[in-house]
Amino acid sequence: MTKLKSVKELEALRQSIISRRDAAQTVISVCGGTGCHSHGCQRVVAAFREELEKQNLGDKVSLKISGCHGFCERGPLVVIRPHDILYQRVRDKDVPEIVTQTVVKGNRVDRLLYTDRVTGQKIANETEVPFYKLQSRLIFGSNGFIDPTSIEDYIAIGGYTALPRAFKMKPEEIIAEIKKSGLRGRGGAGFPTGLKWESTRNAPGKPKYVICNADEGDPGAFMDRSLVEGNPHSVLEGMIIGAYAIGSHEGFIYIRNEYPLAVKHMRIAIEQAEKYGLLGENILGSGFSFSVKIKRGGGAFVCGESTALMASLEGKVGEPRAKYIHTSEQGLWGKPSNLNNVETWANVPLIINKGADWYAKIGTEGSKGTKIFALVGNITNTGLVEVPMGTTLRKIIFEIGGGIPKGRKFKAVQTGGPSGGVIPEGLLDLPVDFDELTKVGSMMGSGGMIVMDEKTCMVDIARYYIGFLEEESCGKCVPCREGLRQMKYILDRIVAGQGREEDITLLEELSATLVDASLCQLGATAPNPVMSTLKYFRDEYLAHITEKRCPAGVCKFAAVETKS
Amino acid sequence: MNTAMKTQRNAVSVNLTIDGVKITVPAGTTVLEAARANGIYIPTLCYDPDLEPYGACRLCIVEIEGMRGLPTACTTEVGEGMVVRTETPALAGARRTTMELIMANHHGDCLTCGKNQNCELQKVARYLGVDESHYGRLRRSTRTVPRDESHPAYTRDMNKCILCGRCWRACHEIAGVEAIDVAFRGDASTVAPFGNKPVFESNCEACGECLDRCPTGALYPKNTTMPTREVKTICPYCGVGCSIYLGVRGNEIVSVRGDRESPVNRGGLCIKGRWGFDFVNHPDRLTRPLIRREGIGRDIALNGNFREIFREASWDEALDLVARRLAKIREETGPDSIGVVSSAKFTNEENYLVQKFARAVIGTNNIDHCARLCHASTVAAASACFGDGAMSNSIADFLKADLLFIIGSNTTECHPIIGRYVRQAVRSGRTKLIVADPRSIVLARKAVLHLRQRPGTDVALLNAMMHGLLKEGLEKQDFIRERTVGFEEVARTVAKYTPELAEEITGVPKDDIVRAARLFATAGRAAILYGMGITQHITGTDNVRCIANLLMMTGNIGCEGAGFSPLRGQNNVQGACDMGALPNVLPGYQPVADAKAREKFEKAWNCRIKDKPGLQVTEMINAAVRGELRAMYIVGENLILSEPHLLHTHEALKKLDFIVVQDIFPTETAALADVVLPAAAFAEKDGTYTNTERRVQRCRRAVEPPGEARPDWQIVSELATRMGYPFPYRSTRDINAEVASLTPIYGGITFDRLEHGYGLQWPCRDASDPGTPIPHVGRFTCGLGRFQAVEYRPPAESPSAEYPLTLTTGRILEHYHTGSMSRRTKVLREVKPTGGIDIHPEDAARLGVKEGDIITVGSVRGEIRAPVHITDRVAPGLAFMAFHWKEAPANMLTNSALDPTAKIPELKVAAIRVRTEKA
Repeated sequence: MTKLKSVKELEALRQSIISRRDAAQTVISVCGGTGCHSHGCQRVVAAFREELEKQNLGDKVSLKISGCHGFCERGPLVVIRPHDILYQRVRDKDVPEIVTQTVVKGNRVDRLLYTDRVTGQKIANETEVPFYKLQSRLIFGSNGFIDPTSIEDYIAIGGYTALPRAFKMKPEEIIAEIKKSGLRGRGGAGFPTGLKWESTRNAPGKPKYVICNADEGDPGAFMDRSLVEGNPHSVLEGMIIGAYAIGSHEGFIYIRNEYPLAVKHMRIAIEQAEKYGLLGENILGSGFSFSVKIKRGGGAFVCGESTALMASLEGKVGEPRAKYIHTSEQGLWGKPSNLNNVETWANVPLIINKGADWYAKIGTEGSKGTKIFALVGNITNTGLVEVPMGTTLRKIIFEIGGGIPKGRKFKAVQTGGPSGGVIPEGLLDLPVDFDELTKVGSMMGSGGMIVMDEKTCMVDIARYYIGFLEEESCGKCVPCREGLRQMKYILDRIVAGQGREEDITLLEELSATLVDASLCQLGATAPNPVMSTLKYFRDEYLAHITEKRCPAGVCKFAAVETKS
Repeated sequence: MNTAMKTQRNAVSVNLTIDGVKITVPAGTTVLEAARANGIYIPTLCYDPDLEPYGACRLCIVEIEGMRGLPTACTTEVGEGMVVRTETPALAGARRTTMELIMANHHGDCLTCGKNQNCELQKVARYLGVDESHYGRLRRSTRTVPRDESHPAYTRDMNKCILCGRCWRACHEIAGVEAIDVAFRGDASTVAPFGNKPVFESNCEACGECLDRCPTGALYPKNTTMPTREVKTICPYCGVGCSIYLGVRGNEIVSVRGDRESPVNRGGLCIKGRWGFDFVNHPDRLTRPLIRREGIGRDIALNGNFREIFREASWDEALDLVARRLAKIREETGPDSIGVVSSAKFTNEENYLVQKFARAVIGTNNIDHCARLCHASTVAAASACFGDGAMSNSIADFLKADLLFIIGSNTTECHPIIGRYVRQAVRSGRTKLIVADPRSIVLARKAVLHLRQRPGTDVALLNAMMHGLLKEGLEKQDFIRERTVGFEEVARTVAKYTPELAEEITGVPKDDIVRAARLFATAGRAAILYGMGITQHITGTDNVRCIANLLMMTGNIGCEGAGFSPLRGQNNVQGACDMGALPNVLPGYQPVADAKAREKFEKAWNCRIKDKPGLQVTEMINAAVRGELRAMYIVGENLILSEPHLLHTHEALKKLDFIVVQDIFPTETAALADVVLPAAAFAEKDGTYTNTERRVQRCRRAVEPPGEARPDWQIVSELATRMGYPFPYRSTRDINAEVASLTPIYGGITFDRLEHGYGLQWPCRDASDPGTPIPHVGRFTCGLGRFQAVEYRPPAESPSAEYPLTLTTGRILEHYHTGSMSRRTKVLREVKPTGGIDIHPEDAARLGVKEGDIITVGSVRGEIRAPVHITDRVAPGLAFMAFHWKEAPANMLTNSALDPTAKIPELKVAAIRVRTEKA
C-alpha cells in the first residue's frame, strides 16, 4: 500500500474495497469485545475457523472478529450477515451446527436465538431485539460491522469521509460547526467542545497538543474501552479533524494500561493510518501534518483528570494542579493543549458528515447527541447502551435494560461513576442529560449506570465508593486525602453497627469541606455517594446507627453491646 | 512562582479590593501575594514564595465575588476590580475542618519535636483556633513509620510530614536534584527517594534546601544545637561566594543558613556550605607557633607526626627566627632567592599585604598563588583578548541565557550553586544546554548535546565548531566588524579544522560538532561556562583563546544572558589575582613592567619595585630543585598535594634552606617547614572576598581564633615590622582603604559601602560607581576585542603501550581541594570518607578488577594505591581521580609539563597504568 496522496486516491481506494466485496456474501461476525472475550469468544472463533475449513467454506464465507456489540449479558455474540441473524451465548460446540444449518442451508438454530422476555417469542434478526431496537447507535453501531484491526473495513463503511470534508473547510468553520452542534465533553464535565477547541486554537504558544483521554477508570464503565477496542479509527478521525481545526500537529492518546486490547487495536490503527497517509506529513495532500502517539497510564483513577493526565504524560507524578490557567492555554509541557474524551472525539466525524443542524436535533436543549451508557449492576441486560440525550432512566433501565432480574424491586441507580450520586425510584422518569443529573445530586460522569435492587444497602454502597475514592485520591490536597480517610472510618463504623449519633453531622460537615475546598473535581464530587444516599436514604443510616439494623440485610453486625 | 505567570508580569497594574481595602498590584500577582504585600494574613502551609503555586493545603481559600466556590488565593491571579474576602464564616468553617484533618493525622509530640516553637503547623493551628478538643472527634492516625536516619546530616521523620510538598518541590524547582518526590497515592502518599529507599542511598546532594522549606519537624538536621547569635559572612569553599549566616554559640559554630536576600545564592547552599564548618573548631587546629626540632630531616612528608617534628614556640621566638633567616638569605643571595606563595583562601586585604610583603619588604616579584594551578591560562588569554581575565557576566545572568555551553566544568559538583542556576535555566524550558566533557557529568543528562571529547583536544573541537558556523554563515558580522580585530586570521586557521578532522582528533562525531556549532550560533544569547577542564593543560591559554574567539564570533559578550564565564575555584582566587598576588602584575592588574604603575606603587610604598616579573609557583618549584631559590614563605597553601608531580615538589621543598608555612592545620606541606605559624580561619577575621563574578563581599569575624592563632594580616604585619618595614595597620579596614587608593578597579569599594547590601562588582572606580555586573558593554576593556588564531597541539603525554590509560583529575561535590578543611568536618567525612579511581567497566573487565579492589596506579612519575570504582561516567580508556586524598594523592601521578604562556601544569592529562596485586 502506498500512501494516499489526495482525497481522490482515498475515494478510489474506497470504491476498490467495496467493489472487491460481495454484499451478498455470508459474513460471520463474532464479537471480540472484552465482555465476549471473557465469555470465551476466542474458542468460538477457533471453532468457526476449523469448521469452515472442514466444510471447505473458507473462500465463500468471511469470518470477522468485530468490536463490542454492546449486549454483553448475552455473549458470546455471533451475527450472521447479510441477514443479521443474532445468536447469543454461543459455545464452541454450537459452531458446527451454525455452519451447517445457517451458513450452508440458510436455516436458523432456534435455541441460540434471543427470546423476548415479554412475549416469549424467539427473535432472529439482530435489529429486532428490543435491547438494540430501542437504542440510537450513532457512535457505537459500526462496532459490529467491522474488524477493528482493519482500516479497510472502516473505509468500506464510510470511514474517513468526514476528514476530506473537514479539509475543505477552514479551521474556524469546523470550530463553528462543532459549537453549533452543541457537542459537550463526554468525559463527564460536559464542557462545550467547540469552545474548548476555540480557546486552544486562539491560545498563544506553539506547539499545540491534542490529547485523547482513554483513561477510563470508573468501576463498571467500559464504553470508551469498547470504542477504542471496537472502532479505533473513528476516534483517530475525530482527533485528526480536531487537530486540523485547532492547529495542532502532535497528538497523544492516553490509554490505561489495564486495557491491553485497546492499546493493541489503537496501535494497529495508528500504524495503518500512517501507512495509508492518513496520519503523518501532508495528510491526503492537504498540507496538514499530524502524528499521534500512545501513552499508557499506570492505573491511577485520578489520571483521568486532565491536569493529572498531562502531568503523567510528562512523566511526572499524576497529580492534578490548580487550573488557574486552563490547559487549553498551558497544558502539556506548558503548551496549549486540547483534551477530549474518547467518545467526544468519536462524535466529531459524525457531526462533520451529517452537519451540526442534523446533530443538534438529537437530544435535549442543553445536551445534544447521543450518549453511551454502561448499564451494569442488578440489571437483566448488562451491556452498553447508546441513547439520545434526554431518554428517561425508566426507558433505559426497564425497556432496554430489561429491568431487574430475580423478580426483585428496583431501589436506585447510580450514575456518573464512583463520585456520582444515587437516584431513587421516584426520579425514574428523569430525562438523562448533563443538567438534569446534576440537579438531582448526581452527574453524567463518563456514563456509568449502576442499577441496584432492594437487596442493596445504601450505606454499604456509599462506603464502597468512598473506599474506592479514598484509594484513588492522589493524596495531594488535604480535604480529599484526609477527609475521605475520615469518611471511610465513619462509614466503616456505621456498617459495623458502631455508628454514633453525631456521625451523620460529621459526614455532612466533611462532605461540605470536600465540595468547597478540594483541589480538583475528584475531591469536590467524592462526597456525592454519601450526600445523595443521605438525601434519599437517610432512614437506612438511622436504622444502622440507632437500631443497629441493616434494612437490606447486607451489613452483619457483631453482637451489639447494649450497655453504652 | 510559575514562570509563565512571572513572564506575564509587567508594568500593568491591577486594582482590587481585599477585605474592603483597595490595593493596587502588578498584573500577574496572585491574590495571596497581593494580600501579603499589603499586610493581610491568609493562612497557608504549602505556599512558598520561591516555588510554583501548588494549592494542596487548601487553607488559603478565599471568597471572590463572581467566582464559584472557594478558590485558593495562592493559585488565583488578581483581576481588575476583583473583590476578595479572606475572612467569612464559610471560609473559617472550611479552613478549620481542613486544619482539623491535618492535625488528626499528625503525630503531635510537640514538646520533644525539634521544630517546637518554630513550627508553622503550630502557628496556623493557633491562628485558626484548632486544638485537640476540636479534632478529637476525628480518628487519630495510628500509623507510625520508622524514621530515616540513614543520612549523616539530617533525619527524615515522615510521621510529622503534612505532605505540603515544599521539600520535594524545592528539590526539583530550586535545587534541580530531583532526589525526592511523592510516592504512592492517596492516604498512602509519602515523600520518598526513588524506590522509597533510605535517602542516603538516593541521589540526594544534601544541599539541605528541603530542610529549609519544611514547615514541620519532618526534616531536621541531626545537630539541633540552637545558636545564640548569627553572623553574616561568606562561605569559604568555592568561588561562588554564597552569603551565609553562621550560627554561633559560645565560641563554636553550631549552624549555618543561606542568606535568602543574597543575589548570589538566594539562600541556597551546597553540601559543603550547609554542613562543612565544624573544621573551624576541629582539635587539629594549629594553636601555637612551631619550630622544627634540630636534626629532623624533610623526608617525612606525608605521615609526619607534628609533635616529633616540631616544638612549640612563642610568637616572638618564631617571628624573630623567620625575620632573621629571611633577612640573611636576602642578604646572601638577593631577594629573588626567596619565593612567597599567597593564598586564594584568605581575604583581599591579606593578599594585598602578602604581595606587598614580597615586593616592598623582601624586594622580589616572586609572589604567586594557586591561581597558577587553575585560571592562570584564563587570565593570560582573556587579558589579551578582552583586557581583563574575569567573568564577563553575573551568576544570576545564567537564567537569562538562551543557551549555556559548559566545557570542562563539572559545575554541579565544583560550583554547586552555579550548577543550580544551570539546572533552573534548563528546567525553565527556555535555555538549552550543551555539555562538552570527557566524563558523563551529571549535567550531561540535562543537555541537548553531550560532546565527549578526548582530554586535551579542546582546541580542535572549538576550532571545528567555528569552522562549522562560519561555513554556514552564522557569524555576527556587525559585531566582528565594529568591535574586534584579527578575525580573518582566525577564519583562515579554523578553515583547516573540518568536522571530519576534529572527529579524528577529539572522538566527537562530526555531526554533533556541526550541530553544536549551529545551536550555539543560532540560540540567541549564549554563554560559555568553563573550568579546569579547559585551563589545566599545556594548551590552557590556547583553549581559552578559542573560547574567546567563539564568543566574539557570535557577538556573545558584553550583553545580558551571554558571555565569558570562567568559574573560579577558590572563595577568593579572583581577589588574590585582583590584589596582585601574581608575579607580573601589581594590584588591579597594573603590570610591573609598566614604569608608571611601578612609580605609583614605589611612591606609595616607599620602595623599589623590580620591572621584571617574578617566578610563578610552578617555576619556584623548578628553581628550588636547581638550587636558585633558597627560601619560601607559604601562606595557606598545601603545595605538596596540590602541585603536579608530588615527588618533584617534595624534592624541591627538601632542597630549600628555609621554609615558613602559615596555615590553620598541620598540612602535608607544613610538615616540611622550619617554622609553622598558626593562622586564624575564615570565621575568625574580617575582610573582603571577591567571588567569581567579580563581586567583592564582606566576610566577618564570628568566633575567636583558637589558642594563640592570629589573623594572617597581623602575622604578616608583625613579620614586616620585624624585618624593618613597619606595617602600621590597625585593622583590615585600614588595608582596604589603601587598596582602594592604589587599585582603580577597586577605587570605590569601601567597608562602609559593603556593610549593607550584597557587595559591589568591579570595576567600581569611585564612591558613586554602582559597580559593573556586565563589563565590555559597547566597548571591550582593551578597546577592540582581539581574535587570536590557535592551532591544535596534542597533550604533553599520550597513552602508550606501557601506560595505556589516560588519567584526568578533579574535585567531587563533598570535598574540597587537599581536604584539609572538608575532611575535618563530620558530615562530609561521613558522607564521603575516602575516594579512589574511576574506571570504565570495559577497562575493569580487561584488567580483571572488581569494585572496591585496591589497585596500584602508576605513571612515569610515581605510584599510588587506591580503591577502584567502576563507572561509565568515564569513557573506556579514561580514568578519573579527585585530588583530595592524601592517602592516595592523585598528584603523585600528574604531569608537571607547563603551558608555555601561563605556566599552568597539565593536571588534566596523564598516562597511567594500573596493576592489581593480589595480597
